[in-house]
Amino acid sequence: MSTTIPAASAEVRAQVPDRSGKKPGITDRARKERTLGWMLAGPAFFVMLLTTGYPVLNAIWYSLFDFRLTDPDGRSFVGLGNYITILTDGLFWRQFGVTAAITIVTVVIEFVLGFALALVMHRALFLRKSVRTAILVPYGIITVVSAYAWQYAFTPAYGFVNPLLGTDRDWFGGTVPSLVVICLSEIWKTTPFMSLLLLAGLAQIPNDYLEAAKVDGATAWQRFSKVIVPNMKAAIMVALLFRTLDAFRIFDNVFIMTAGANGTETLSFLAYRQTITRVMIGLGSAVSVILAILVVLIAVLFVKGFKTNLAQQKGA
Amino acid sequence: MNTSRKGQVGWIIGAILIMFYALLPVAWILSLSFKAGDDINNQKFWPTNWSFENYDIVFSSDLFTTALRNSVGISLIATFISVVLAMLAAYAVARLEFPGKSLILGVALAITVFPIIAIATPLFNLWRTIGLYDTWLGLIIPYLSFSLPLSIYVLSAFFREIPWEMEQAAQVDGATAWQAFRKVIVPLAAPGVFTAAILTFFAIWNDFIFGITLTSSEAARPVPAALAFFSGASQFAQPTAPIAAASVVVTIPVIILVLAFQQKIVAGLTNGAVKG
Amino acid sequence: MAAIEMKHIIKKYGDGFPAVNDVSIDIADGEFVILVGPSGCGKSTLLRMIVGLEDITDGDMIINGQRVNEKAPRDRNLSMVFQNYALYPHLTVYENIAFPLRLSKTPDADIDKRVREASTLLELDDHLERKPANLSGGQRQRVAMGRAIVRQADAFLFDEPLSNLDAKLRGQMRTEISRLQRRLGITTVYVTHDQTEAMTLGDRVAVMKKGILQQIASPRELYEQPVNLFVAGFIGSPPMNFLPAEVRGDGKLQTPLGPIALTTDLQRQAVQGHDVLLMGVRPEAFEDAKLVDPDKRDKGDVFNAQVDVTEWLGNEQYAYIPFEASAEIRDQLRDLSRELDSDQLRTQLIIAIDSTSRIRAGRTADIWVDTRRMHLFDPKTGVNLTRDEQAGARLTAEVEEERREEMEEARNMPLGEAPDVQGSSSGDGSVGARDGAGSRSSGTQEAGSRRV
Repeated sequence: MSTTIPAASAEVRAQVPDRSGKKPGITDRARKERTLGWMLAGPAFFVMLLTTGYPVLNAIWYSLFDFRLTDPDGRSFVGLGNYITILTDGLFWRQFGVTAAITIVTVVIEFVLGFALALVMHRALFLRKSVRTAILVPYGIITVVSAYAWQYAFTPAYGFVNPLLGTDRDWFGGTVPSLVVICLSEIWKTTPFMSLLLLAGLAQIPNDYLEAAKVDGATAWQRFSKVIVPNMKAAIMVALLFRTLDAFRIFDNVFIMTAGANGTETLSFLAYRQTITRVMIGLGSAVSVILAILVVLIAVLFVKGFKTNLAQQKGA
Repeated sequence: MNTSRKGQVGWIIGAILIMFYALLPVAWILSLSFKAGDDINNQKFWPTNWSFENYDIVFSSDLFTTALRNSVGISLIATFISVVLAMLAAYAVARLEFPGKSLILGVALAITVFPIIAIATPLFNLWRTIGLYDTWLGLIIPYLSFSLPLSIYVLSAFFREIPWEMEQAAQVDGATAWQAFRKVIVPLAAPGVFTAAILTFFAIWNDFIFGITLTSSEAARPVPAALAFFSGASQFAQPTAPIAAASVVVTIPVIILVLAFQQKIVAGLTNGAVKG
Repeated sequence: MAAIEMKHIIKKYGDGFPAVNDVSIDIADGEFVILVGPSGCGKSTLLRMIVGLEDITDGDMIINGQRVNEKAPRDRNLSMVFQNYALYPHLTVYENIAFPLRLSKTPDADIDKRVREASTLLELDDHLERKPANLSGGQRQRVAMGRAIVRQADAFLFDEPLSNLDAKLRGQMRTEISRLQRRLGITTVYVTHDQTEAMTLGDRVAVMKKGILQQIASPRELYEQPVNLFVAGFIGSPPMNFLPAEVRGDGKLQTPLGPIALTTDLQRQAVQGHDVLLMGVRPEAFEDAKLVDPDKRDKGDVFNAQVDVTEWLGNEQYAYIPFEASAEIRDQLRDLSRELDSDQLRTQLIIAIDSTSRIRAGRTADIWVDTRRMHLFDPKTGVNLTRDEQAGARLTAEVEEERREEMEEARNMPLGEAPDVQGSSSGDGSVGARDGAGSRSSGTQEAGSRRV
């Protein structure tokens, strides 16, 4: 039958009304829905608020005081004094630089490596399951354990790395070598997470696109750069954002491997040392607040940058 | 199809390299854990003599066994509560219209973005004041709050995949909202709940910052924190090999979970992250 | 059993746009009513308001004489078959069907009896222990119906239940639903966008557009006496042809096909006070002039036209004749086709001619048109100026009569007798335009012959 039935092609699902559109008057059902919503979500919300809302406000409040836990009576309001102290201290900027360096180096390497892993996992027909299982081991392992494994591997006294490389370098004697090992541990542990996110993005690209590109004469690299990457921008953005935020807060590896020695202190570690070790609550809180602001800033920049990128894509 | 077969060989080599990459450090720490005495200094990958001495040491150390007990207990309790709360919240977020929904999601997002250290410090002060410092509960509560966002994202992604019609059909069939949730939605979401539980367990099991900031003794200190303070059989023995043994012990649950639930974990990770 | 009355039902969403606007429909006990229209016309929303899944902004929804606006779905005792069936994947077929009974705490023995009755009726006995994922589309559809009938609800509601089936199965299930409804004699409201389903299943069909009820009548009345351009264009496949027609002084209309004479009194009255009209003629009102008996030929008009494409389908043949129209008329026809969810690109006539006709593409031919069956529409309002209300009412009354008889017959037939699914395998496709009007009655004949 080649004649058209007028409505046969109608998109059926479009008929189901959108839930988000609520009308002004509240009916019984809507009221019940509200109550139920809060009854279900309330406990989780309360717990989250209790353990973050209060501490965050508390940290902001204390950051305005000169306050040492061992000397509670000497507590005095200093306004933004702590912030000025921190931001005019060369050491802070050095630690900021270390943190930023770790973040950039690890995220870049993780991205490249993660993409390679994702491609292999996507394309390898054999061993697919074994690879995915193996890759989850670093993801699931305790960061502290990873830190120890890498630290011991590079320790001159009993590590296997120096004999393997034929050197007797003291990896934990200087800033750069220490950071190299810290980054290695961080990269090893978190690349799998990155690669799984990228894999999910890869899996969403229909094979037709690649076949069409092949027919159109695209080389493997062109297929990758012109078809695969543009079509998984969202996955790339999520992976990069998550990892960048995480890397910027690096703490465990530093704590275990160097405890901040040799100029390897990061911002998270600084906050820890000020508050917990030195019990300088005011100063430590200010460091925490600055760290939080920086993390939010990174997130905002990421999302903004990604949005303009998307907009350009649409405009093109 | 010679080329594609050649291609597959390449991918297989890649796959083997990945497995090597993923497992080498684990093999190394495993090998270390079997090196007894001075064997630790052999500068070789494998031990000269395989020995269980280090396992004897860690299991006879109160520091480690109590930490293990703390870790297991705290992680299981926190995971259970977290997943139950997250399940209810995720359902509400995914399916119901109510004012404040975006506030809840916003708070959840803020938690994932906020540096844990910035939360740990004020909690350290607060817990000392109200007596939760160095207790199980003192760790469980923050674990809940920082694992909830992840679970809520993972689970709401699952709930969204359950067709609306399913609940509506139940309602028409005569079910109350609660019955529809319990008899239809919960069984359907079970795989998602399970995945969320595994991911939550990993996150809590892995925690280090809360572990070292909010505890000061064996009363509540979990394994990752205890490892950092571990000091061998005696004051003078090198703790390296025993730490390796302890590391292996705490890695075993991770490996078991990964082996058993590889697919679920991958699905949960990617769902929650990409869609949430 | 229940009658459903809708009084001035209005549904507004947040943006204030009425998805359903002042719809009033009375559905008699045991009646089979279809809600039909293009996507976005509000038909599903209306159905969901009946069942209680959607709040009613204004108006009264009355079931069995009781206003149910505020009642929860569970308190309305209606059962519904969803578009995607909404079977519970974690339950077996048996438990799926038993689900409503379990919720109402029916004793186990009773549940078992009723589930088995339903499964026998729907030929699901072999599948009771299977999970929905292991069933075919048609089987899932039957499980969904089983869950609906097991409860002895006051009415059945169907939300596009066949849209996920292939054409052949759709034809089978259509007759199955029809038979079941007649046998159980239960009030049924059925939403579809498929006008073939609407025509074949409904005692009465409510045609909706943009939330407004256009016309509710028997399929035959809709087909032969549509109230406006929209209904005329929506009902029938291939659709009714619309042509611009200028009123001339001599009792003729000037059309792109040439002058066409006004034949009936209604038509002559209709042209009063109009300069330009839209003429609507169904494809089967045309014929190859060579094949028309001379005495019949006089009752219509003949014009000469160039045929663009022909489609020979064995039992019938379609010819396409492009025509020129002013930009204004073209825009209007395009708007109409957009409203009908069709994407007709060109102004052309689709005519049904006898399959033996020798008319071929690219040639000119003499075409006869039965001018008695021509409708005239006001181009501005779309109102059908030639609608014969009495004739229409008669057609609908006939169907009402038929329905009563069929229900009597069906009730006399013992339940559980295995219905065979033969005879309906003609599927969707073959119910063409030509027998569009008669398909309702031919369906009845089919059903009748099966019962014999």
